[in-house]
Amino acid sequence: MSMIGLAADSAVLIAERRHNKLGRSVYSGRSRVALERNIMAFRSSNWIIVLSGFVEPIFYLLAFGFGIGKLIGGVTDGDGNPVSYAAFIAPALLATSAMNGAIYDSTWNVFFKMHFAKLYETMLATSLGPLDVAIGEIGWALLRGFVYALGFMAVMAPLGLIPSWWALLAIPGAVLIAFGFASFGMAITSYLKTFHQMNWINFFMLPMFLFSGTFYPLDIYPGWIQALIQAMPLWHAIELERAFMLGNLSWGLLGHVIYFLVMIVAGLFFTTRRLTALFMK
Amino acid sequence: MSSATPIEKSVHASEWQGSLKIVDVARARNLAWLHVAEARIRNMLKWWTSIAAFSLGNPVLYLFSVGIGIGALVDANGGSTQLGGVNYLTFLAPALLASAAIQSFQEEMSFPIMEGFEWDKSFFAMNSTPINGRDIVNGLVASSFFKTAITVGIYEAVLLGFGAIDLNVALPMFLSALFAGVAFGSVMMAVTSYIKNDDGFFAIIGRFVIAPMIMFSGTYYPLESMPFYLQWVGWISPLWHGTDLGRVISYGSPQQGWIVISHWIYLATWLVVGLTLAYRQVSKRLAA
Amino acid sequence: MIIARGLTKTYGEFTAVDGIDFEVRKGEAFGLLGPNGAGKSTTMKMIASVSKRTGGELTILGLDPNKRGPEIRAHLGVVPQQDNLDRELKVHENLYVYGRFFGLGRKFLKAKVEELLEFAQLTEKRNAKAEELSGGMKRRLTIARGLVNEPEILMLDEPTTGLDPQARHILWDRLFRLKEQGVTLVITTHYMDEAEQLCDRLIVMDKGKIMAEGSPADLIKRYASKEVLEVRFGSSKNVEIAEQISHLGERLEVLPDRILVYSENGEADLQEILKLGLEPVTSLVRRSSLEDVFLRLTGRTLVE
Repeated sequence: MSMIGLAADSAVLIAERRHNKLGRSVYSGRSRVALERNIMAFRSSNWIIVLSGFVEPIFYLLAFGFGIGKLIGGVTDGDGNPVSYAAFIAPALLATSAMNGAIYDSTWNVFFKMHFAKLYETMLATSLGPLDVAIGEIGWALLRGFVYALGFMAVMAPLGLIPSWWALLAIPGAVLIAFGFASFGMAITSYLKTFHQMNWINFFMLPMFLFSGTFYPLDIYPGWIQALIQAMPLWHAIELERAFMLGNLSWGLLGHVIYFLVMIVAGLFFTTRRLTALFMK
Repeated sequence: MSSATPIEKSVHASEWQGSLKIVDVARARNLAWLHVAEARIRNMLKWWTSIAAFSLGNPVLYLFSVGIGIGALVDANGGSTQLGGVNYLTFLAPALLASAAIQSFQEEMSFPIMEGFEWDKSFFAMNSTPINGRDIVNGLVASSFFKTAITVGIYEAVLLGFGAIDLNVALPMFLSALFAGVAFGSVMMAVTSYIKNDDGFFAIIGRFVIAPMIMFSGTYYPLESMPFYLQWVGWISPLWHGTDLGRVISYGSPQQGWIVISHWIYLATWLVVGLTLAYRQVSKRLAA
Repeated sequence: MIIARGLTKTYGEFTAVDGIDFEVRKGEAFGLLGPNGAGKSTTMKMIASVSKRTGGELTILGLDPNKRGPEIRAHLGVVPQQDNLDRELKVHENLYVYGRFFGLGRKFLKAKVEELLEFAQLTEKRNAKAEELSGGMKRRLTIARGLVNEPEILMLDEPTTGLDPQARHILWDRLFRLKEQGVTLVITTHYMDEAEQLCDRLIVMDKGKIMAEGSPADLIKRYASKEVLEVRFGSSKNVEIAEQISHLGERLEVLPDRILVYSENGEADLQEILKLGLEPVTSLVRRSSLEDVFLRLTGRTLVE
């Protein structure tokens, strides 16, 4: 038997095996491959840019935390304890850092791969399913968000902004946040068609960053604006991280966690559906 | 092939006269920069909704979140004693204006230049007409100036609405912000004209040059409140010079005369050096 | 219109154009033929007065391009190898804006743009963005754009590369009309059929030097035979068989994929080959072309 015949036979075999599995049309259990591709691409890319993503929150921390902090003195956190201004905004910037890392990959990079590099078309023409692609891509974005958060923590520690051991919880917190934004970001991106529409993501991100209780407690706003902000994911992210970092733990935090779990599941669901509709008609 | 070239009526409605008759070279040369600017502005107009949205959205967002939000904390804690006696919003306004001008120039002097040289090569198209490298530089500076003037104008209108500046200083502030913008922009243009492929260059500039410049140029708090060994960031940054000028103009922030003059000289130096380098490199690259 | 004497361009150590002489007369279509890297585009850039020569003499319309670039460019129409249209502007805006670069008035341009749209058969696409056009349409628009100032000399760098056959013929037709109107054409190409179709006179360039000069018919007469017989025996056998048939024709050229027999009567030579008991996989008798001239002059094919 020729080599080609052999290869064809085993491909048929694999296909038949998959045929009997649940969810076979969307998932082949090999999202690792998609992730691997990103790691390979990363090694030959301009890694300074990728790693530089976390310096922006650090600039904010230094400029706002210490510069403006001098003008402000201290503030009181959610539980009424006085904290330094830098310690107040640091967790918010950590959450932002995780968000930025995740969003950058899951929006602009995904958009580029979808429309210009035609990467998903290529991937889905193989035995990979849309859920493999989605998990692979989101996994990568999540990884990046996680690394950003870790880098940010490494800067905070020597500045004395990590007061308790509970703060370690902020790391899994950051992973959860990155996962949520990555999954949701990719879902939205998969529905967008032009670069122009992509700009609206930035348009949404900047105010969310500026107003989600990042730089001062929410109570300066009227009630309806507060309600609006509390519907936004970044607010939940910041509240969660701030509680971890300042050691104000309570069961109420579960609400924020659930918010992100919903985001993750919804994001995965819509991404898979959209990729199926786009490339597997 | 069925619809292959039909037998056509005389293609030229008018008589072919030849360029020796119809092109007035002297006129084309004199207004060359203007024609470059015209082309660029036409291009901008395609995006005028985004430009308008960003021009209006940015100041409103920053004024509410930083000016009002952080401002409330600062003012409540007696921070104004460190701000020369004015409230935080008044202190912040000239800085926001200058940084808006600089960012607007930065946008215009980054991707559009890459586009002209590399992506659609439109600079080469211009250069195959009586237009020179120098005209292209001048035209781009002029069109960026035009766009920035609109952006800064809108920003100022919003600041006036918030009561952050006085009407009688609006014009001089407008001019000083634009001056800081064009000084920075011309250097940015010179730098970009050396770049052959993007390769993340602009992302790096954004994160390692623009962002720290905005954060550490006495924008959000007085430069003097930074540790002395970091204050040099402000001294070299055109944003600080523009901001400090704006503060003197806006609320008479106390500053020594020679420092005010040195702001002008410093910004003028950036402008001249930037333009000189840009003229040279753009011409060189067109001829290569 | 154009006079070059010892024209040279070096980039550092590399000599792109190596002391060439030629003249282009008013109203003729002048071709530069050669493979990639022959120095055609560099020569074009020097004529277009954007790239400065590093040696020799060059005058265009009686002016020195190193000193009077803008004045010369005012009377040129340039169609670069790669379309450099403003992608975000509409088709008609591209023509208009380019006309403004020549300082042409709005009123004049308004009429001119309509005229050029018709010339390029783009009237219906006038409001499309340039980036939305097909390759052939973009090319036609670029050519139309080069005509906006009614140039004395129209320079076309590889005008039909990448176009389908029908689009090429439409373009050739357009260029003929311009010639009839007295426009001088300077064309580079690496397609010999294009050179044969369009050029009154041409130079063949290789490695920065001129290998030959003359009209297409002239060159073919001088450097090639009347007919060419192409035979293929399969790449492994060509060399071996070439020795057996080396007595045929005036000259033999062995290429990796085929053997070319230059002769007065290709059909007769083919019969000879068959008589020898050799059976080519394919055979073809054709009129000889500039490709053969080029092969003779340089030992290489044009399109490699």
